[in-house]
Amino acid sequence: MGWFHRRGWRDLIIGLPYLWLVIFFLIPFAIVIAMSVATKTPTAPPFSFGGAHPWVNLETYHRLVSEPLYLRAFLISLMNAAGTTLFCLLLGYPMALALTRVSRSSRNILLMLVILPFWTSFLLRVYAWMGLMGKSSWFNAGLTEAWNWLVPQSWAVAALPMMHSNFAVVLVMVYTYLPFMILPLYASLERLDPTLDEAALDLGSRPWQVFVDVTLPQSLPGIIAGGLLVFIPAAGELVIPSLVGDASTPMIGRVISDQFSQARDWPMASAVAVALLALMVGPTMLYSHYQARAEGTK
Amino acid sequence: MAEFLQIEGVSKSFGPFQAVRDVTLSVAQGEIFSLLGGSGCGKTTLLRMLAGFEEPTSGRIFLDGRDMAGVPPWSRPVHMMFQSYALFPHMTVEANIGYGLKHETLSKTQRAERVREMLDLVQLTPFAARKPHQISGGQRQRVALARALARQPKLLLLDEPLAALDKKLREHTQFELMSIQARTGVTFIVVTHDQEEAMTLSDRIAVMDRGQVQQIGSPTEIYEYPVNRFVASFIGSITSFEAEVMARDGGALRLKVPAFGGEVTTKDANFAPGSKVTLALRPEKLVITKERPSGNAVQGVVKDLAYFGKDSLYRITLASGALVQAHAVNQHRGTETQRVADWDDQVWLSFDPAAAIVLGA
Repeated sequence: MGWFHRRGWRDLIIGLPYLWLVIFFLIPFAIVIAMSVATKTPTAPPFSFGGAHPWVNLETYHRLVSEPLYLRAFLISLMNAAGTTLFCLLLGYPMALALTRVSRSSRNILLMLVILPFWTSFLLRVYAWMGLMGKSSWFNAGLTEAWNWLVPQSWAVAALPMMHSNFAVVLVMVYTYLPFMILPLYASLERLDPTLDEAALDLGSRPWQVFVDVTLPQSLPGIIAGGLLVFIPAAGELVIPSLVGDASTPMIGRVISDQFSQARDWPMASAVAVALLALMVGPTMLYSHYQARAEGTK
Repeated sequence: MAEFLQIEGVSKSFGPFQAVRDVTLSVAQGEIFSLLGGSGCGKTTLLRMLAGFEEPTSGRIFLDGRDMAGVPPWSRPVHMMFQSYALFPHMTVEANIGYGLKHETLSKTQRAERVREMLDLVQLTPFAARKPHQISGGQRQRVALARALARQPKLLLLDEPLAALDKKLREHTQFELMSIQARTGVTFIVVTHDQEEAMTLSDRIAVMDRGQVQQIGSPTEIYEYPVNRFVASFIGSITSFEAEVMARDGGALRLKVPAFGGEVTTKDANFAPGSKVTLALRPEKLVITKERPSGNAVQGVVKDLAYFGKDSLYRITLASGALVQAHAVNQHRGTETQRVADWDDQVWLSFDPAAAIVLGA
């Protein structure tokens, strides 16, 4: 029939994405794995496969589990990512639900507004937050006012120390990743049949029960997809914790970066990167499992 | 007069559009009552007002003596079987049927017992643990029915209950619905656009058009004694002719029907001489013969013929150019050449005076 059905063309088109993945993901990742079991040397490049443990040197992995710095960084990363995901979900779910309930014309405008921040440089937006959180900003002054009014006199502060804290990291990450939560949630909520809500109302459920019994369980694939899209990049986030975070509570992205560029310990940096990826594979598999199950019901 | 369900002067507008206009009707307990009409006739809006999804713009609805105004859907003893069935895809058949029961003060065993009864009623016990996508369309329909009946509603609303089923299954399900209704004694309100479905299911039918009730009556009344041209043409097929009343003589009416090529005699209907009327003839009331019969008769040529097996539909062109449909039962077994009439045959059409319908023009 058409040119597409000629074997060569078809294989090329199907093969291109795979080729891309091999060149830009699999091969680099293999290099990283190889590097993680190499030995650090003061040469350039700063590693070798020789020495006391030719080819495979597991020292980096041993340090990874035995030195508290790494475990702590992993723990902080996971907690910050989990907190970011939770707040994105709490904020994004009502927004996504509202998007499905408004008229078609306002829906398009609102969807536009969700995506609009991407039109400005990400760095610029983070710097804007730094300005807002800084002690001399009107934003901080307003929040300080509210804080001092709410808490007992002895807790009163001149300005809230928002910058360089985990709070700032999570706040900016929630702001940055919120669209990644809203969009998949909207996609899954938009597909739901509104007569199911009516059926549940008809059978005696009040609106909040309808939400719990009908809407929430059916939007689970959207929650998982949005959760992963937020959790995975948030766990490995480097820029936001570097700019607004606190050096005493490093996230794992910062550890990798520091090992590479400052400590010049490439094997260690690689080992941390491999461990991070291994940690992220788990949730991704979970998502694939749910995705496959959701498709099975159609 | 304390009818079970009473709808009094109910209207519903959506902006400038009047979906339902001044509908008044009452339904007795245990009845199967159909709302019949084409799309946009207001039947679904009326049903949704009974379910509580819409509030009437004006008028009142009483169920078992209770004014339903302002009563939300979740507090009404009214359940609905949706056209799409609206089964919860993430719940099993059993959980779907039991869903409404969690709002009743029942013990766990009582609830399980009720679900079991319902599964039994619709013969789905072996499928209790399946999800809706794992059962057939007919089975889904029965789950929807069982779910709506589980809380023992006073009123069951069925929105196009058979529309999604294929023809064979539809006939079977029709009788099943009627038997389930008889066993449970629940009052059924059925919305349908399918006149055959309404005729076979219902005790009484309300024919609706453009938001208004045109006629309420038993299937026979609606079919044999339609009150206007809309009802006559909506229910079954019919051929209409313009006519003028010539004379009235006791129970008989002499009509001049130009398209019919002369005068005919009919029964019933109170029309004064000189008034313009419509003569409506149902295909099965017309008799096709080769020889001229006595009484009301007209000659024509068979233009078209559709053979259905048990009967045949003839389209016959009269001398005036009018096209008439006539049904003939194929009583005798025979080949094509042996039937009542064939293509291009000259035939006579006749009808009994009592079989004709006379309506106001």
